[in-house]
Amino acid sequence: MSLAASLMNGLNLGAIYGLIALGYTMVYGIAKMLNFAHGDIIMTGALTIVISVHRFGVSPWLSILLSIGVCVSLGVLIEKIAYKPLRKASSLSVLITAIGVSFLLQNTAQLLFGSSLRSFPKAFQVPSYIIGGFELKGDRLLTILITAMLMVGLVWIVYRSKIGLAMRAVAQDRDTAELMGIDANRVISITFAIGSALAAVAGLFYGIAYGFIGPYSGSMPGIKAFTAAVLGGIGSVPGAIVGGVLLGLIESLAKTYLSSELSDAIVFAVLIGILLLKPTGLMGQEIREKV
Amino acid sequence: MLRFSKQMKRWFAWILLPGIYIVVLLLLQEKLLSRHTQSLLVPLCMNIILALSLNIVVGMLGELSLGHAGFMSIGAYAGSLFSLQTQEYLPTLLRYPLAILLGALVAGFFAGVLSVPVFRLKGDYLAIVTLAFGEIVRSLIINFAWTGGAAGLKGTPRDTTFTTAYLLTVFVWLLSQKIYHSRLGLEMRAVRDNAIAAEACGIDVINRKRAGFILAAAIAGSAGVLYSHYYTILTAGVFDYNRSIEILVMVVLGGMGSMIGSVISAMTLTIAPEALRFLNDYRMLIYSLLLITAMIGRQSRIFGQLQQRLKEVKRPHGAIE
Amino acid sequence: MVTGCNQQPVVKDPVEEVVLKIGGSGPLTGSAASYGTSVKQGAQLAVDELNNNGGVAGMKFELLFEDDAADPAMAVNAYARLVDQGMNVSMGTVTSGAGMAMTEEVKKDGFLMLTPSASQKEITRYPNSFRVCFTDPDQGTYAADFIKTNDLATKVAILYDKSSDYSTGIRDAFVAQASVVGLDVVEEQAFTDQSKTDFSVQIQAVEQSGADLLFLPIYYEEAAMILKQSTNLDVVYFGVDGMDGVIGQMGSEYAALTEGVMLLTPFAADSKDEKTVHFVESYVEQFESTPDQFAADAYDVVYTIAAAVEKAGVTSPEDEDFNAKLIAAMTQIEVEGVTGTMTWSEEGEPAKSATAVVIKDGKYVAFEKKVS
Repeated sequence: MSLAASLMNGLNLGAIYGLIALGYTMVYGIAKMLNFAHGDIIMTGALTIVISVHRFGVSPWLSILLSIGVCVSLGVLIEKIAYKPLRKASSLSVLITAIGVSFLLQNTAQLLFGSSLRSFPKAFQVPSYIIGGFELKGDRLLTILITAMLMVGLVWIVYRSKIGLAMRAVAQDRDTAELMGIDANRVISITFAIGSALAAVAGLFYGIAYGFIGPYSGSMPGIKAFTAAVLGGIGSVPGAIVGGVLLGLIESLAKTYLSSELSDAIVFAVLIGILLLKPTGLMGQEIREKV
Repeated sequence: MLRFSKQMKRWFAWILLPGIYIVVLLLLQEKLLSRHTQSLLVPLCMNIILALSLNIVVGMLGELSLGHAGFMSIGAYAGSLFSLQTQEYLPTLLRYPLAILLGALVAGFFAGVLSVPVFRLKGDYLAIVTLAFGEIVRSLIINFAWTGGAAGLKGTPRDTTFTTAYLLTVFVWLLSQKIYHSRLGLEMRAVRDNAIAAEACGIDVINRKRAGFILAAAIAGSAGVLYSHYYTILTAGVFDYNRSIEILVMVVLGGMGSMIGSVISAMTLTIAPEALRFLNDYRMLIYSLLLITAMIGRQSRIFGQLQQRLKEVKRPHGAIE
Repeated sequence: MVTGCNQQPVVKDPVEEVVLKIGGSGPLTGSAASYGTSVKQGAQLAVDELNNNGGVAGMKFELLFEDDAADPAMAVNAYARLVDQGMNVSMGTVTSGAGMAMTEEVKKDGFLMLTPSASQKEITRYPNSFRVCFTDPDQGTYAADFIKTNDLATKVAILYDKSSDYSTGIRDAFVAQASVVGLDVVEEQAFTDQSKTDFSVQIQAVEQSGADLLFLPIYYEEAAMILKQSTNLDVVYFGVDGMDGVIGQMGSEYAALTEGVMLLTPFAADSKDEKTVHFVESYVEQFESTPDQFAADAYDVVYTIAAAVEKAGVTSPEDEDFNAKLIAAMTQIEVEGVTGTMTWSEEGEPAKSATAVVIKDGKYVAFEKKVS
């Protein structure tokens, strides 16, 4: 496979990764926790679309809104029930709880809807174009477009709005922010809400890209989202996009020139490598640990 | 709170440990155990060993390792390959313990290699790295021909019996106890409670973390050899992320850091899924709920924290060891 | 207690039934749950039918099915539990990986073991074990022969699942046979269960290789995804029995993507022969879904056991040499099942043929094959 085709494919992959990394990085940057369940919220969003369109005949546009609603409610609910009580706990406890939540979502989905993959509705199909021998997948172009718009929107929120100021304050030093009169709980809830909404959108494009969704579909995207976010610098919004694209390129090149079966192992190895060499990623900031 | 004196504890161990063995053996002789129960004896031992080993990392060190099944896998394959190669000319009595030792060493070695760079990372990142490691191991095993590929490694001699499994379990238990009460154990727990303070006291934090991690991996590797020499076939899919989480659930539910807790919860979580087979559909769901409630419960229950603190204060006043 | 009017001084309830317990395990939970469920349902259907028709040789059948989540350790535990429950004949396991360890146990106990779908060759290595489905190597060899004999392609590409013993077993045999018959394999690509969502790189490679046929020795879930992601690929898609079910998986919206897909399968749900029609109708009525290969195999397992029982002339599991008689009977019977007409060798393999079908308008159509 030619280098150009491989790179093109990498961009196709990266479009999705960047989108799913956005929500992840937001939550980590502000709430300082790895939401293991992020990938499963993505799955929930996509599954909501599938079930509502196929089983209940909901119109496609409405199903997207429904999906966002479900994800946001789910995200806020999870935060209130599972993460908030552990605000003062060690990060070990929080991680374990996050794993528990992830499993809970996966297995609930399996119990409710069965373990097999379900076809994503055709209504969302976006045509592809063949230009100069390359396949330009229309849905990826749309993904890139939407991701860019979302990124702009997010940056605007974080850097230009009042709530964004509050978010940045909480991210920097939660206790002091509270002393300054910021309701940290509300800020964190809003963060989770935004992150989950992003997850819903990611779920939509994931479903379009790959055509099928099942209860376990979220775990790989979750790990890849984390990898992309870390690559680009966790906590940085533009970093998530950069990381996503980079990850897509690495994966595509590895699949083409090294081995398609080992590509996931290679991605994981890249993750380990990045964490060891430059844990703050390409665009992240150094964090000093305070005593 | 009951206080067991050191004397009492020793008697306990000398009587109870062989006692359990003799009782089980008698039951087997008299055919009083159902086939189903018999099939659980070795898995029980294995899971106790695994829980105790992960307890060193999660409970004593306070670090989250999500790839523990990967070390079990490495040990299992190392031990099996060794046995397959040498079964022609080594007697079982020599070969089997060597296989176990080899499995432990190889697993420990890989843990050592991984731990060199990895313990510079913060807890969150460490968890992800261990997860990534577990997945890499699984991926590599599927792809290498000499590990049997997709069909798996077949033909490992069936050496594991309840006796051998029990012996190893007792050994691991005694080892864990020794570590816990040793200087190493004290330092590990100090690192868990407050790494910065520990460092200020002159403890080599990274070194201690590495030591605990390697030990835990080696023990898991030995459990892997038990597995492979019992079921005689090894497939990569057995040692996956779900398995790592199952072991984690055992440690968490046993009260992280408590060894007897790990043993009890390992036993419970081996027997319960089999006894409650009708709940199989809901098993993972129940596990996830248990994890969440255990974590939240630990946090809010003052009693739980009190119990934890009281556990630490068991020595006579003033003694540090 | 009533003693009855017979000579035997046995205190026995005269209405007591003799029950033959068939025990099997398969994944009822986990990612392979649909296959285990299919097997359980297919077997149960057959058991119910036989019992409603008066039983077999005066015995009623009972199905005991346990979950093994396709895990070897759990399969051993499941087997132990089945033994405790008084199993008389074993259905083995659904998946080969889980089955390898428990086959040792079955051998020790001596039960007749007849697996519906565990397709690795070693599963039947002991004289007491048999299977209903093809072995993986057989399917691979047969597929290569078929493609060559019917001139379906000049250049063949393969896309298989490296983490599946089923897929790799078939692929290995296919490649070996291809070189024997002179079939040109121009490209081979693989994926694993860790990464079976995005096939873009593999599909691109196949496209660039200029192959005109893509051999897919995989299951229908992955096949459906590949079909969806390779709309610009101009090849003939060719699968084996794992592909059965792809129509249902695709759904009506995307049915057009299955047009022209070919597969070799012993069982076709749209087949018009009486047995299949009856089976499919009953299955749909009871379980509200179309039966797949696994269900059909399990159905045939139970009927085969029934045939073996009749041939062996046993009337109760308590009979002397019950196991040995059944095992001996297996090589003497011929069973007309929904997966074909089968006889068994001593190695435990069924001799049966597969039909080739093409999917047209969302249905299977028999392929007019050349006689080689």
